[in-house]
Amino acid sequence: MVACRAIGILSRFSAFRILRSRGYICRNFTGSSALLTRTHINYGVKGDVAVVRINSPNSKVNTLSKELHSEFSEVMNEIWASDQIRSAVLISSKPGCFIAGADINMLAACKTLQEVTQLSQEAQRIVEKLEKSTKPIVAAINGSCLGGGLEVAISCQYRIATKDRKTVLGTPEVLLGALPGAGGTQRLPKMVGVPAALDMMLTGRSIRADRAKKMGLVDQLVEPLGPGLKPPEERTIEYLEEVAITFAKGLADKKISPKRDKGLVEKLTAYAMTIPFVRQQVYKKVEEKVRKQTKGLYPAPLKIIDVVKTGIEQGSDAGYLSESQKFGELVMTKESKALMGLYHGQVLCKKNKFGAPQKDVKHLAILGAGLMGAGIAQVSVDKGLKTILKDATLTALDRGQQQVFKGLNDKVKKKALTSFERDSIFSNLTGQLDYQGFEKADMVIEAVFEDLSLKHRVLKEVEAVIPDHCIFASNTSALPISEIAAVSKRPEKVIGMHYFSPVDKMQLLEIITTEKTSKDTSASAVAVGLKQGKVIIVVKDGPGFYTTRCLAPMMSEVIRILQEGVDPKKLDSLTTSFGFPVGAATLVDEVGVDVAKHVAEDLGKVFGERFGGGNPELLTQMVSKGFLGRKSGKGFYIYQEGVKRKDLNSDMDSILASLKLPPKSEVSSDEDIQFRLVTRFVNEAVMCLQEGILATPAEGDIGAVFGLGFPPCLGGPFRFVDLYGAQKIVDRLKKYEAAYGKQFTPCQLLADHANSPNKKFYQ
Amino acid sequence: MTLVSGWLLYGWIIAVQTKTKKTLAKPNIRNVVVVDGVRTPFLLSGTSYKDLMPHDLARAALTGLLHRTSVPKEVVDYIIFGTVIQEVKTSNVAREAALGAGFSDKTPAHTVTMACISANQAMTTGVGLIASGQCDVIVAGGVELMSDVPIRHSRKMRKLMLDLNKAKSMGQRLSLISKFRFNFLAPELPAVSEFSTSETMGHSADRLAAAFAVSRLEQDEYALRSHSLAKKAQDEGLLSDVVPFKVPGKDTVTKDNGIRPSSLEQMAKLKPAFIKPYGTVTAANSSFLTDGASAMLIMAEEKALAMGYKPKAYLRDFMYVSQDPKDQLLLGPTYATPKVLEKAGLTMNDIDAFEFHEAFSGQILANFKAMDSDWFAENYMGRKTKVGLPPLEKFNNWGGSLSLGHPFGATGCRLVMAAANRLRKEGGQYGLVAACAAGGQGHAMIVEAYPK
Repeated sequence: MVACRAIGILSRFSAFRILRSRGYICRNFTGSSALLTRTHINYGVKGDVAVVRINSPNSKVNTLSKELHSEFSEVMNEIWASDQIRSAVLISSKPGCFIAGADINMLAACKTLQEVTQLSQEAQRIVEKLEKSTKPIVAAINGSCLGGGLEVAISCQYRIATKDRKTVLGTPEVLLGALPGAGGTQRLPKMVGVPAALDMMLTGRSIRADRAKKMGLVDQLVEPLGPGLKPPEERTIEYLEEVAITFAKGLADKKISPKRDKGLVEKLTAYAMTIPFVRQQVYKKVEEKVRKQTKGLYPAPLKIIDVVKTGIEQGSDAGYLSESQKFGELVMTKESKALMGLYHGQVLCKKNKFGAPQKDVKHLAILGAGLMGAGIAQVSVDKGLKTILKDATLTALDRGQQQVFKGLNDKVKKKALTSFERDSIFSNLTGQLDYQGFEKADMVIEAVFEDLSLKHRVLKEVEAVIPDHCIFASNTSALPISEIAAVSKRPEKVIGMHYFSPVDKMQLLEIITTEKTSKDTSASAVAVGLKQGKVIIVVKDGPGFYTTRCLAPMMSEVIRILQEGVDPKKLDSLTTSFGFPVGAATLVDEVGVDVAKHVAEDLGKVFGERFGGGNPELLTQMVSKGFLGRKSGKGFYIYQEGVKRKDLNSDMDSILASLKLPPKSEVSSDEDIQFRLVTRFVNEAVMCLQEGILATPAEGDIGAVFGLGFPPCLGGPFRFVDLYGAQKIVDRLKKYEAAYGKQFTPCQLLADHANSPNKKFYQ
Repeated sequence: MTLVSGWLLYGWIIAVQTKTKKTLAKPNIRNVVVVDGVRTPFLLSGTSYKDLMPHDLARAALTGLLHRTSVPKEVVDYIIFGTVIQEVKTSNVAREAALGAGFSDKTPAHTVTMACISANQAMTTGVGLIASGQCDVIVAGGVELMSDVPIRHSRKMRKLMLDLNKAKSMGQRLSLISKFRFNFLAPELPAVSEFSTSETMGHSADRLAAAFAVSRLEQDEYALRSHSLAKKAQDEGLLSDVVPFKVPGKDTVTKDNGIRPSSLEQMAKLKPAFIKPYGTVTAANSSFLTDGASAMLIMAEEKALAMGYKPKAYLRDFMYVSQDPKDQLLLGPTYATPKVLEKAGLTMNDIDAFEFHEAFSGQILANFKAMDSDWFAENYMGRKTKVGLPPLEKFNNWGGSLSLGHPFGATGCRLVMAAANRLRKEGGQYGLVAACAAGGQGHAMIVEAYPK
C-alpha cells in the first residue's frame, strides 16, 4: 500500500470541511439594492431587545454578501436610532451555521492588491461600529462561527454559544494563505491573550464551544435540546434566542457584567505580556517555530505575527492599517491562490457525481485485518456501518481489532468520545475467521496482501457466499482492477477502493473504475467513501491508477539521487524544504521498502524506460537484508521504539557504494535535485490527464496533495503548472532529458500548454 | 389453582361486578390483589434516619406491614425489595430485612434494581409469580437510605490493597507499598450522572423543560401545588399508608418531613441548581434526597379471600418502556401511559385517580406537554394522535414525590398505595400509576379498586 504520513499542514486541511462558505468581505454599495424587502435579515423586537436573525436565502450557510452587508448596516442603524430598543441579539436562523468563513470567489475576483485591501477596510469599519455600540449586542452562536463570522462575534459585547458538536469557532484564513482581515488580528489577542490568539490564527484550528468558553472566547454555553414540541434543531435555536434575550436585557440593565473573571494562569499570562521583554521573547519564539514549520514556503503565518505585533506595539490604528494591507498582499500571493484552489477542489471531491446508489450500504465486510483493513473498519464503524472484519488467523484478527479499539480509545482520551460511545461504536464491529454473515453484506472490501493470485482466490470465495447486489471492492495500490475482476462472475460489481495509510488520518480515497464497472457500483463506492469522511477522486483503471503512478517515477528518481551519492538526510531536507510534508527517503521507509520494490517492479515492466533512472536493485538488496523500513526497524534510517531521533542506517553504506553512479554536475544543484523529483511527478500527473486516467485536473491536485503529500503551497501538480508556468517546467524537463534521457521527456499535453501560454488547467 | 377453579372464579367476579363498569380480569389468569401496604415516614436525608442502615428502614416497613395486616409470617412465600444505591454489606437487602423483621428463615427473598422504578419492578415481579401460579403470597417493597452512600477507595487504591493481600513475602509487600501515591486516597463517590451520557438527571430535566418550553413560573407553581396538596392530605390524615417508626435512640417518627408549602415569591428567589445561571430547575421544584421504605402485601385473590382479607385493589395490566437516555430520559410516563391503557382496553376518561412520580416539576410538565402534542405523538411515538392530558383534578391529589419525598427504591409502592387509597376514599374504579427512571426507562400500571 502506498502510505504517507499526514503531518503538519496537510492534516490541518481538515478544517476545510467546515469552511464551505462565502463571507464577510464585500464592497459597500450603500443604499443601492437594499431598499426593497429584506431577504437576508429578519429583524424583530421583543420588549426592548432587538433580535437580528441572519438567514441567507437559498444557501445552507450564511454569507455576508453585498446584500446582507447593506441590510445589516441598515438594520443596525435603525436599532441604534430607536429609543425603544436598549439591546440586541445577533443570531442565525440556520441550524449548523452562525456565519461561516470568507467568500473565496469574491476575493478571487479582485484584480489588484488595493481592491482587496479596500475590502478588508470596509469590513473593519463594520465590526468597529459593532464594538463601539452603546447598546449591548449579544452574539448567539449555533453552528460554525468562522473567519468573518468570528470577527463579527468577537466585536459584539457578549457571546453565547450552543454546546453542539457543530458549533465551532476559529480563524481558518491561514489555511487559505490569508489572515483574519476584519480586525480579528487586533481583537483576538485582547480577548484570549496573545499566545492563544496566535495559536488560533496560525493553526486555523476549530475550537469547540466548551473549549471556547474556557478560553474566554464565549461567555456562556447553552446545551442543545432534544425533541419537544418542535424538531430539536429548531427549538435549540429558539431556546438560544430566549437565553440570549435574557442576557441582553441583563447587560442593558447592568445586572450582568460583560467582563469575565480570569483564572490565575490567565492573569499571570496577561501580566507577563505587559513586560516588553517577555513580549519580544514570545514573538521570537513563535516566529522561530513558524519558520521551522513552514520552511519559508507559506507567507501568511509570519505576516499574521507581524500584524499582531504591530497592533500591540504601535497601537490599534497602526494594527488595523497593517492588517488590511497585509491581507491584500497575502490574497494576491501564489500560495494563497494554490490553497484556495485546493479548497475548491476539496468541495468538489466531497460530492457524489454518480448520484445516489440504488441501495444504501449498511452491512460492510472487510477481508484482511492488517493495517489497512483495520483502518477501513475503524472509519466505518464510527459512522454506524455494521462491519465484519475477517482474517485467516486469530493472531492477525486480534491485532486488527485491537487497532480499531485503540483508535477509538485514543479519542476517548482526547475527550472526543465518551467511553460509552466508544463501546457502542465498537459493537458495530464483528471479528471472525469465517464467511458467516457475508450473505447479508452489501459491500465487501478486500485488503489482503498485494498478490494477484491471492486476490483471485478471495474474490472467488467471496462471490460464492455474498448476495447478488453485493459490491466487491479491492483495496490495492497498484494491481489493475480489471485483472482482479477477470475471474469475477459479475465484473460490473467489481471496483477499486484505494485507501491511504493510516486510514483514519489520511483523507484521500482513490476509487478506480474499470470499463465494466457499473454506474451504480461507482455511486455506491463513492457513497461509502463519503460516509467514511473521505475526499474522493474517481479514476480509470490502469497500472498504478493515478496516485501510485505519479509517485513511482519520482521514487525512481529518489533512487537515482541516492545512487549519485546524496545522503538520505540531505535528500529528506531537500524534499521537505520544497514543501513535501515527509522527506523522500523517509517516505520509502514509511511505505515499506518491499512495497516500493513491488510497485517499482510491476510498473517498471509496464512503463519501461519512462519509469527508469534509478536502479531497482537498490530496493532488492535492501529487502534481501531485511531493511524494510519502519516496520522492520531498519531502512534508510534506524527506528527504535520510544526513540524520536532517527539515525542513518550505516549498513546501507555498502549497498549504496556498490550501486554508486557519478553525479552529473550540470543537473545536481540542490534546486535541480528538487526539480528532478517534482517535474517527473508533474509530468506523469499530466500524462494521466492526457490518457484519461484522470477526469479533471482538480481531482489530480486533490489526489496528489491529500494522498501523496504534494506541497499544498503549490496547490497540486496542475495548479503548479498553471502558476509556475508550463514553459518553465518543460524547459527544466528538457534540460534533464538531455542529461538522463527519455524518463524526462515532457508529455504531449504539457508541451501543448507550454506552446500556448493561454492554455491553463484552471480557467 | 386449577384451570377449572380459575374459570369459576372469573365467572364469580363478573357476577359481582356487573353493577359497575367492566372489570379487567382476564380468563385463565389469576387475579392479583393488594391486601394492604405501608411505608415509613419519608424523611429528608440527613435527618432522623441518618444513623440507620438501609435494612433497618426496610425492616421497619416490614414490621409495620405485619402489624397492619396481621398476616402470619409463615404464609409469605416470597419477599422482593427494590433499591438503587446499594449498601455493599447488605446487597440483598430484602433478605437481611426479612430475617431481622422476624420472617421465617424459610422464606426466600431477593432484591431488584431498576432506578426509580425499582419498587414497581418488585411488585410486578410478585404479580408475575402469583399469576403464573408459582406463589400465592408475596411481600414487595423498596428502600432507600440516601443519608449514607457507599463511598469507595479509588480503583488504584483498591488494586493496591488487593495486591497486598496476595503478596507473599515482605519484599513483595514493600515493593507494592512503594507504589503508593497520595492521590490514591481520593475517594470515589457513587455516580450521580447517567452512565451512558455522563449527564446528571437534574441537568437533563432542565433541558427537557426547555425543550418543551416549560417556564420557571409554571414549574414553581406545580411544585407549590404538590406541597399544598400534600400538606392538606397530611393534615386531613389521608396518608394512611404511613406507619410510625421508633428510631433506635431517637423519638418516634410519625410523619413525612419534606412537605413545605412555600410561596411563589420565596421560590422565585432560588438560583438554578443545574444549568447555571439561566436554567429553570431549582431545589424548590425538584424532588429532594430522601430516606424511606415501603412494603406491600400482595396475594392471589382467592388466597386473600380464603384468609378472610378484604383486599384494597387489584394490580392489573402493567407496562415497561424505554427510550433515548439522553434527550428523553424522563419521558417514560408519556410513552407508558397510552400503551398500558390500550393494553387494558381503557381510555384516559376511565381513569379516576392518576398517581405519577414527580421527579421534577419540569419533568411532569414536560410529560404533560408531550402527552398533549399531536406533533410529538406523530414524530416520536408512532401514534396518529396525541395521548391526551390527564385531568389535573384527578392528578396526584395527595401530593407527590416533590413534596412527600422520593426514596428511589421505595416510591413505586407509595404510588400504588396512594392510587388504591384514593380510589377507596374518593370513589372510583381505575387508577393509573406511572413513573420515569434513570436509563430512559418508564413504567405504568393500572390499579383497579376492589369492590366494596
